[in-house]
Amino acid sequence: MSWKTWSLKKSPWVFHVNTGACNNCDIEIVNLLTPKFDVERFGIKLVGSPRHADALLVTGGVTAQAAPRLREVYRQTSKPCVVFCIGACACDKGIFTTGYHMVGPVDKIIREIDPNAIIAYVPGCPPKPEAMISGIVKVLSVL
Amino acid sequence: MSVPLNVLFWIVVIPGTVVLGLIASWIVRKVSALVQWRVGPPLFQPFYDVVKLMGKEILVPQEAQKAVFMAAPLVGMAGVLLLSIMLWRIAFVPAKPFVGDVIVAIYLMVLPSLALILGSSASASPHAAIGTSREMKLVMSYELPLVLAFIVVIIKTGGTLSLAEIAQHTTVFSISNMLAFLAALLCVQAKLGFVPFDIAEAETEVASGALMEYSGALLAVWKLAHAIMLVALPLFLVIVFLGGFAAGLAGLLAGIGKYVLVLVLLILIKNTNPRVRIDQAMKFFWVYCGIALAAAIILATIGNYCVIGWL
Repeated sequence: MSWKTWSLKKSPWVFHVNTGACNNCDIEIVNLLTPKFDVERFGIKLVGSPRHADALLVTGGVTAQAAPRLREVYRQTSKPCVVFCIGACACDKGIFTTGYHMVGPVDKIIREIDPNAIIAYVPGCPPKPEAMISGIVKVLSVL
Repeated sequence: MSVPLNVLFWIVVIPGTVVLGLIASWIVRKVSALVQWRVGPPLFQPFYDVVKLMGKEILVPQEAQKAVFMAAPLVGMAGVLLLSIMLWRIAFVPAKPFVGDVIVAIYLMVLPSLALILGSSASASPHAAIGTSREMKLVMSYELPLVLAFIVVIIKTGGTLSLAEIAQHTTVFSISNMLAFLAALLCVQAKLGFVPFDIAEAETEVASGALMEYSGALLAVWKLAHAIMLVALPLFLVIVFLGGFAAGLAGLLAGIGKYVLVLVLLILIKNTNPRVRIDQAMKFFWVYCGIALAAAIILATIGNYCVIGWL
């Protein structure tokens, strides 16, 4: 394991991207960052700019409006970075799967511009904060 | 100081300051976590953060002024490192000071803010532009009370402009010095970008503001500069207002105690206040701190003239 991967595991800073979610997953992400779960123990910190981020927490099934924005945010994130698809919509468009305005899911949009992107899935409608922590731990242990 | 000890001092001082800065930024995060009833990050967390940022990709915006954008963090870090070396030398080797080092220290303390303004305005980002304008107004607001607070101390110590001589006086137990210390503490709060005055880096409004476009190693240098400021600025307050480091082991321990006290005061102010708007910050520094410091200067002058120690 190189020192870059080692230090990335020790301090993953996350950036939150909403691509047309119903706001339920977003509330659970905010819940994840409250003192109750205290993810700062593992060095996880919410940052305000994608240029500082190591992980993108993407929610929502990517609407036609949001797809170019998601691509742009991914391009502006400094690599190496991990993309987390949070919730059923981000993983597989969820109940919006036949929606006329849905161009997602997230992994398809990301793979269009970077075929080798590291993408992790946390399903659920919405996923519990415990599920998100479990997903993050699993990704970090296989990096 | 003997020659080998002197050489050792110059070898140890820069890495030592960086390590102390990382420990100080851990203390900030840990005490904040304890205030919020959390466990908080492990001791090595700031170190992990910096190492990780060093290994990340550096993105430079297409329309940025590349040279200024890349050089600004280095200039800021150089300024604050020079300041901390000066302060260590005054704290532990008070011999061989030069006249007017207070003024040099004031200029060196402005350098990181100026570098931040330059770097973020060179990044061609609208969010960074808002952060830059706020940082500029903030610098203009807190420089005046900070200099006034130093003038109070200079009056109290009989007009000396040398930090080493100021450090010999323990003038804190007087009304004017208390007022000056409180005002300078709040100015340092603004200089460090801590919460009531973190207007330039407001994460929730302007997405990290002035630091927005920085990534990878350049951001790591900013983080290191900020960590060193966490050492240098409270140390400066300790030397100017609280009597600095006395000789001997007891004096050293007392000095460290004073430093930790100032740091924890800053952290508690940080954790118990909401962010103010830029106009509120300006009004606070110019009107309220200004009036308090004008009163302190008058009191100090009267105290000096009539030889009343406690004024």
